[in-house]
Amino acid sequence: MRRKLTPYLLALPGWAWLALFFVVPLAGMASLSLTSGNVITGFEQTFNVANYVDAISTYSEQLVRSLLYGLGATVICVAIGYPAAYWIAFHGGKHKSTYLLLILLPFFVSFVLRTISWKFTLSDNGVVLGTLKSFGLLPADFGVLNTAPAVVLGLAYNFLPFMVLPIYAVLERMDHRVVEAAHDLYASKLQAFLRVVLPISLPGVFAGGLMTFIPTTADYVNASVLGGPGNTMIGSIIQTQYLVNNDYPIAAAITFVLMAVLLLGIFSYARALGTERVMEVQAK
Amino acid sequence: MRNPLLRGMTQARYGRREMLKFSAMAAAGLGLSACGVSGQQQQAVAEDDFWQGKKETGSLTFANWPLYIDSKRTQLKQFTKATGITVNYKEDVQDIAAFAGKLQPQLANGDATGYDMFVLTNGIELARFLALGYLAPLDHGQMPNFAANIGEAYRDNSYDPGNKHTAPYASGITGIAYNPKYVDREITSIADLWDPKFKGKVGMMSDPQEIANFGLLLNGVNPADSTEQDWQAAADKLQQQRDDGLVRSYYAQDFVQPLTNGDVWLTMAWSGDIYQQNAEAGTDLKFVVPEEGATIWTDVMCIPTTSEAPVDSLKLIDFLYQPDIAAGLTEYITYIPPVPKAQDILREQAHDASGKSRAQLERLVESPLVFPTDEDYSRLHNYVALEPGKEKAFTSVFHAVTQA
Amino acid sequence: MTAVLEDTAAPAGARGRTRRRVDWGKWFTWGVLAWLFAPITFMIAFSFNDIQGRHNVTWEGFTLKWYGQAFDHADLTQALLYTLAIGVLTMVIAGTIGSLLGLALGRHRFRGQGTTNLVMFAAICAPEVVLGAALLSLFLLVGIATGFMAILLAHVMFTISFVAITVRARVITLDPNLEEAARDLGAGPWTTFRLVTLPMLFPAIMAGGLLAFALSIDDYIITSFVAGDVTTFPLWIWGATRVGIPPQVNVMGTLIFAVGVTLAVINVVVAKRRRS
Repeated sequence: MRRKLTPYLLALPGWAWLALFFVVPLAGMASLSLTSGNVITGFEQTFNVANYVDAISTYSEQLVRSLLYGLGATVICVAIGYPAAYWIAFHGGKHKSTYLLLILLPFFVSFVLRTISWKFTLSDNGVVLGTLKSFGLLPADFGVLNTAPAVVLGLAYNFLPFMVLPIYAVLERMDHRVVEAAHDLYASKLQAFLRVVLPISLPGVFAGGLMTFIPTTADYVNASVLGGPGNTMIGSIIQTQYLVNNDYPIAAAITFVLMAVLLLGIFSYARALGTERVMEVQAK
Repeated sequence: MRNPLLRGMTQARYGRREMLKFSAMAAAGLGLSACGVSGQQQQAVAEDDFWQGKKETGSLTFANWPLYIDSKRTQLKQFTKATGITVNYKEDVQDIAAFAGKLQPQLANGDATGYDMFVLTNGIELARFLALGYLAPLDHGQMPNFAANIGEAYRDNSYDPGNKHTAPYASGITGIAYNPKYVDREITSIADLWDPKFKGKVGMMSDPQEIANFGLLLNGVNPADSTEQDWQAAADKLQQQRDDGLVRSYYAQDFVQPLTNGDVWLTMAWSGDIYQQNAEAGTDLKFVVPEEGATIWTDVMCIPTTSEAPVDSLKLIDFLYQPDIAAGLTEYITYIPPVPKAQDILREQAHDASGKSRAQLERLVESPLVFPTDEDYSRLHNYVALEPGKEKAFTSVFHAVTQA
Repeated sequence: MTAVLEDTAAPAGARGRTRRRVDWGKWFTWGVLAWLFAPITFMIAFSFNDIQGRHNVTWEGFTLKWYGQAFDHADLTQALLYTLAIGVLTMVIAGTIGSLLGLALGRHRFRGQGTTNLVMFAAICAPEVVLGAALLSLFLLVGIATGFMAILLAHVMFTISFVAITVRARVITLDPNLEEAARDLGAGPWTTFRLVTLPMLFPAIMAGGLLAFALSIDDYIITSFVAGDVTTFPLWIWGATRVGIPPQVNVMGTLIFAVGVTLAVINVVVAKRRRS
């Protein structure tokens, strides 16, 4: 009897915490999103679905933009992160762990501080652009800051390690003899890669994709530091509506729409791939 | 390629059962919170009732903007020395709206916020706090320095007539700043911010009240008398500026660095920040009060009704109105003090000083950015005064420009 | 995530096939690293900048004085202390609760396991803005004051799952025979756990706890929603952009980074020792 109870006792605190501070708040937010009123008179539960109509019609542009920026950042992360993870896993030799540490080290500097540092670095006449301009490599009025590419690159920068690690974890666990065999069997290295290495590493790419796409889509720090007019992301709207305008129902409704869009993606993704596998990869 | 790919993609998956369970849990939570959020208005308190029985506690907590007093907290130390009251000073006001938004739930519940007094700008949030009855009425009978020294311009204000609940800490002008390294002519008007020559090099402010005033003034409308149609017309003008690619960025507050760097050439700016940058970093940024007019705003000190040390707070407010104390504050923050006598004190100090510090003090005393002339004052407007319930309509018109 | 770092003695792939030609992969990887470190180099350099005004933007000469005055801004120091306190508490609480959860998930079969995995997965995947907004909604509905406790609750919430997953991954790879052997030798369940299971799990628990610490001190978005009157290090920096970020922020950033580098170097040295 006692043995049977053990797992429940072990899991209980974790369950309680996640239920109280994750599941219930989500439900609370759902409830809040259907209220109407204002901060002075209070918000009353009226099952006011119009909040959702409002939220979607007013902010669809920012929502779509955020999804595109998130996608862009994820693609850049794969393009940059995969080769790096591949090289470290297969050619890193005895320095593998050192390389990985180097990839992780930027995390010791606060996210906000890193992003603000980029802003200084990318300034029109700053260290990078100023130098290039003084050599005549760029036109004098060239600028990166306050544009969409600056935001997307900032997002990719901040979340790159989340892509490298899962891909590395999968490649690292691969039986290297399989690769050698493939090299022997297939004519070209490219074929060996496409037919053997890539398929095995796909779960890592998927896991990395989730871990970059979701946070980048909902981020607003990069957009507000590196962006300009026309780069506002949905996270920023949510923040403004909650903390500045105190328009809780609309804020909650937008948040829910964002989450619904993302969850839909995650669940279809997870059904195709199997979340067990994704989570294993993340853990590594 | 097909087989390994498929293998990679066909692992354990979540069934409908788990999804149902998850939904059930969420539904249970929903039932728990099917209530609303109750109204947040507090009963207004009469002055006498509020101060009845309130006693000095010997310490208070004061929230202000970062770097709004020197890092040694000189004036607060002087206060402690004079009264024995210690001040726990916190630089927690980083964004008025966010700060007010965070305090709102506590004040609505009638709970202490952790602050016995704080600074707010005379905008939407202050109006809301006043309307909701969150701020204690000041006991003017206990404020002799305030009565004696406050400037005429601050006695008579539209945001809190008679300073019933608030006392100015410092004021500033929102005008236009430009970097003469890049701008080769004199900037004199708001219309210059719409000049196609400066495409992609103009900075505007993201705050609805700040940007609204510039749009309104450009259209020749006095912000004080503006109607909803005027707001929309101003927003259209601002939208056009944005669509033409003139605007580099809508700044919340961090315009000085891009202006210094040349990322923007001209921008809406606060007087004190430009003064500081020139005085301390040796730059030559220009600041103008445009001919159409500009905005004057005031950061005011106030005491929440839930303050745990209102008497101590009131003493501190009054203490800061001593001319020499106000002069000391002004020397550091370089915004406009509500105490005109501070100028005389600083002038005397400049006279007695020598060398570098004399030059600095003279520059401060003579600067129209810190001590505006009467002519400047005549061109300065407050933010649009919003009737209760109009804030949402107002902010959404301008957020549509800055946040789209 | 950090569990990877323990795995230093892995088979070294294509070793021995050295060809004398340009190693594009290496150049590429170093390029990526250069990109990752560019803004950090900038941050460190400007902690030595001898600025006169309040805007630490252009280079004005070398000085060490900011290191002497690192703690001059009382509020910045206070913010850093809050951040560290919340980080350590999060590490301890989430480390404990998460490890128990990970142990349950990795070792036992029980009802609700699938749902638990799903909720944990959702908690890891949910965007920060959603978590912050949801928690604030709850606090508003129930009338809980935001502040230090609220931040701590939130940080533990979003780090538990990371700890649980890290620990679970380790539990799965443990050899159950060891525990059985201990029981055969007469050890009770508690003794077995204390003397056999716990020591084997310890590296994973540490890794999970450190991950929780790192995630906690780095967090800005969730914290900004529930912080109330508490200002943490990232929040203070954000606020200070108004008046110019003082060089002390660069100093503290550099010092924290230096601690990270030191830990990394120790890790590498220890790994080398273990191998030889």
